[in-house]
Amino acid sequence: MKTTNYLFAGFGGQGILFSGKFLAYKGLTEDKQVSWLPSYGPEMRGGTASCSVIVSDTPVGSPIVSKPDVLIAMNLPSLDKYEDSVVPGGMIFVDSTLVERKVKRTDVTVHYIPATKLASDNKTPTLANMIIVGKVLAALGEFDEEKVTAALKKVISAKRADMLDVNLNVMRLGAEY
Amino acid sequence: MSIVADKVLMKGNEAIAEAAIIAGCRHYFGYPITPQTEIAAYMAKRMPKIGGCFLQAESEIAAINMVYGVASTGLRVMTSSSSPGVSLKGEGLSYLAGSDLPSLIVNVQRGGPGLGGIQPSQSDYFQATKSGGHGDFRMIVLAPSSVQEMADLTVKGFELADKYRMTSMILADGTMGQMMEPVSLEYDIKPAIAKPWATTGTKMARPHNIVNSLSLVPDELEELNFARFERYRQVEENETMWEEYMMEDAEICIAAFGIAARVSKNAIVEARKQGIKVGLIRPITLWPFPNKPFKAAADKCKAFISVELSMGQMIEDVKLATECKAPVTLCNRAGGMIPSPEQVLESIIETAKKVGAK
Repeated sequence: MKTTNYLFAGFGGQGILFSGKFLAYKGLTEDKQVSWLPSYGPEMRGGTASCSVIVSDTPVGSPIVSKPDVLIAMNLPSLDKYEDSVVPGGMIFVDSTLVERKVKRTDVTVHYIPATKLASDNKTPTLANMIIVGKVLAALGEFDEEKVTAALKKVISAKRADMLDVNLNVMRLGAEY
Repeated sequence: MSIVADKVLMKGNEAIAEAAIIAGCRHYFGYPITPQTEIAAYMAKRMPKIGGCFLQAESEIAAINMVYGVASTGLRVMTSSSSPGVSLKGEGLSYLAGSDLPSLIVNVQRGGPGLGGIQPSQSDYFQATKSGGHGDFRMIVLAPSSVQEMADLTVKGFELADKYRMTSMILADGTMGQMMEPVSLEYDIKPAIAKPWATTGTKMARPHNIVNSLSLVPDELEELNFARFERYRQVEENETMWEEYMMEDAEICIAAFGIAARVSKNAIVEARKQGIKVGLIRPITLWPFPNKPFKAAADKCKAFISVELSMGQMIEDVKLATECKAPVTLCNRAGGMIPSPEQVLESIIETAKKVGAK
């Protein structure tokens, strides 16, 4: 019986909600119980956005992630706000292009990925989020290309089918970093 | 009738909208307000494609009166809003009740009073269950606790509204509206029941039907009230719904609905690990309130905790239902804040110590 609580946080426009949705759909395609809850406050306009995702073998209770197992911080305010909330033994993924400081906690595993720089070098500047998601899955030992593709098909509409491979490629980039 | 066979992820607001369409609703009138605007957005996109009517009214008051108009013809119709907007609809809700019209109203609650905030709340419990408007009337108040229930209770709400010629209200909150969960929208939609009272045109073949809430002769008006309350009694008898969670051996009973019930379930799992026998009664209909399970629990539980996103509203009904046989305490946040599982757990531990429950 396993439950993983994810908290994604960053600026509005970084694809925080989309990457959360991807993870939720990945859980769904693997027959897990899932929930996805966005922040919807006025802070979304130009400020920070966050999103709670729970993937579990058992029914999800509260959909609010207040103690994440996995924190993805795509900007400094997000790391400042949520660093202390991560459970001991949890994981923090930081976009080190945008967050200059190091994580202070010593009881968590930290991954620094220059996702924004990798994305722009790869000429996919809007996909830093999926580079980090690739890294998250790899770190959790869950980067299975077949399952990733199945979930991408669910979150990318048929009209944008050309984006499927693009997303898969940047996720590989993250996974291999 | 199956529209969506596979489970998909949907926001609670979208699930309500799609379920309403599946249930045969082809008329939606609304005015945007956070955190329920996705319902209107969904309807705006879908209704024109299926020959339905989406209309953004000039105000919430206009929208509820448009609901009154369509309901008079016997068609399934709905509006949705959030707390301040539902207050504006109060007059219309009373008129719908006075005219015995079926309709579905959705309130995705936000913190109040006044314009308040936009974060989740349950502080319209009194308004929904006690006084949606002036005069003696009730609404069937349904409280979903998952996205699946947002859809299921929408379908159920239309059926009950038709059956009892009442307004059904979905009383959700910002979390329920905004969160996504897997949902399956497979329903066996029954054909609409006959509505011989509907104003559909006499075609010169029957006397006029009149839909009206004005009745100036007091003994006639009293008669209408008595008849209406006989229907309400039937609703209480036949349609009360609730869920019991780990109640078999419970010594402490939590009362919570909607998002508060989900938070409470997390806390109950943790409390059980510490050996505290605690369970949950989750009202699914807030009116009629599930008095029966609470009354039964009052005979074996040592204490009750009402977990609410308000300053304590449902707690009054818990006290009434349990006839104050055991202490009822409040565990709450307000103004758009949500109790954490830790806060509920703390309240359980404290209560257990006080009443000597195991």
